[in-house]
Amino acid sequence: MSNTGKVMTSQLRNVARSRWIAGYAILLALLTWMLLRFGGSGERALLSLLNVVLLLLPLVTVVFGTLYVYNAREFIEMLLAQPVGRGALYTGLFGGLALPLAGAFLVGVGIPLLVLGGGGPAFPGQAVMLVTVGVLLTLVFTAFSLCVAVLIEDRARGLGAALFVWLFTTLIYDGLILLVTSAFDRYPLEGPLLGMMFLNPVDLGRVLLLLSFDVSALMGYTGAVYRQFFVGPAGMLLALLMLAVCAAVPFLLGLHWFRRKDF
Amino acid sequence: MTPTRVRLSALRKRFGRLEVLRGVDATIAPGRITAIVGPNAAGKTTLIKSILGMVRPDSGTVLVDDAAVGRDPGYRERIGYMPQASRFPEQLSGREVIGLLTAVRGRRDGLDEELIARFRLEPHLDRPVRTLSGGTLQKLNAAVAFLFRPSLLILDEPTAGLDPVAAGLLKDKVLRAPGDGTTVILTSHIMSEIEELAENLLFLVEGSVVYQGPVAALLERSGERRLERAIAEMLAGAAA
Repeated sequence: MSNTGKVMTSQLRNVARSRWIAGYAILLALLTWMLLRFGGSGERALLSLLNVVLLLLPLVTVVFGTLYVYNAREFIEMLLAQPVGRGALYTGLFGGLALPLAGAFLVGVGIPLLVLGGGGPAFPGQAVMLVTVGVLLTLVFTAFSLCVAVLIEDRARGLGAALFVWLFTTLIYDGLILLVTSAFDRYPLEGPLLGMMFLNPVDLGRVLLLLSFDVSALMGYTGAVYRQFFVGPAGMLLALLMLAVCAAVPFLLGLHWFRRKDF
Repeated sequence: MTPTRVRLSALRKRFGRLEVLRGVDATIAPGRITAIVGPNAAGKTTLIKSILGMVRPDSGTVLVDDAAVGRDPGYRERIGYMPQASRFPEQLSGREVIGLLTAVRGRRDGLDEELIARFRLEPHLDRPVRTLSGGTLQKLNAAVAFLFRPSLLILDEPTAGLDPVAAGLLKDKVLRAPGDGTTVILTSHIMSEIEELAENLLFLVEGSVVYQGPVAALLERSGERRLERAIAEMLAGAAA
């Protein structure tokens, strides 16, 4: 097995042993079950689940990830004195975090969806999209958490930064978009807005999900623009690809900083 | 086993405004015990960590067996490191730590388990390391450094926190290392310990080398009989 693999298995064992991961899976399962059971039709339940995926998942992932890397400080230092390269160590840390988090999400949301099912003929496709976006967002926010923990030495400040990343991507960024919209409301903004939205993983996830749930009307007239752009496999694929890029960029940045860090 | 040779040239490192290493040139004699001494914040640990690749120097090179320390981690195969305070993942047991290290090194056979036996660590190996006492932890820390029969041993304050019996056992083990073809680098604040163990001295003050060479030569030069006095005298000289 490669060194990345060895680091990852050891990490996996630790993370999987953590009660938080189990708690996260159970919380997701409860939420999903309640929404499917009491939230009206299957498709409306999926719409409520969208908020879980877009708000709760990034929060849990980025906070858990950041704290976990701080707690793994000893583990990292011990391995750095061994014949393990920094790249392998970093990749192992990422995998050891992202896999259990994504696994908890898959189990917590996926199993109730499979068991309870629901809705019309579009439901399976929508459920698959929901799970895909959830997994991709888990990768994105795990990468963010590694960046934060590598860059910031102090645990309390790191936690603050992790919360800020969450707040920024879920709330502040949209506020900025709103600001731009109202400041330049005389100009055709569809293009720039589309561009801005492409840079925020949470917005990308939201648009992907809303469009696949066929509720783009909720997004007002810009929804129509997105619809034109995204509907059809090419647009969706592009958005999914962009979401993967949103994970790759912080992952590589974190690796760059990890290689230069002093321990 | 061929003992590892280490050469440092023009090594510089600053942390923010603090210049920790100011152009260190040093050669560590292979197959000997070299003590790095110096007052607090002289750069001893930073120096050690640059050899391990844990600290990235701003400039200068570290050569371990004539290969520059860089991205390739392979050379650490030959190094056993005992940090000042043990840094084991808290939730793992001693046995799991050893298991992880053997997996990473890909070596299960020919391990040196002498210290595990001498320190009577066996009964403590199945408890999570966070429940171990400071002394037991330090014993595990020492045992792990010797485990893979390294050709370069790096010991940062090895006897700190050990009781006299355990410290004695460890010192005996260190003294036997050169005979097995191992280069030893250690730091200590206890001068009598350095007199007991080290043949060579690397004396750092504020990130610069003020003396390197045999302990005996330093004593002779200063005319003192005790290392403690000779070092104090040099420090006074360096301050003036």
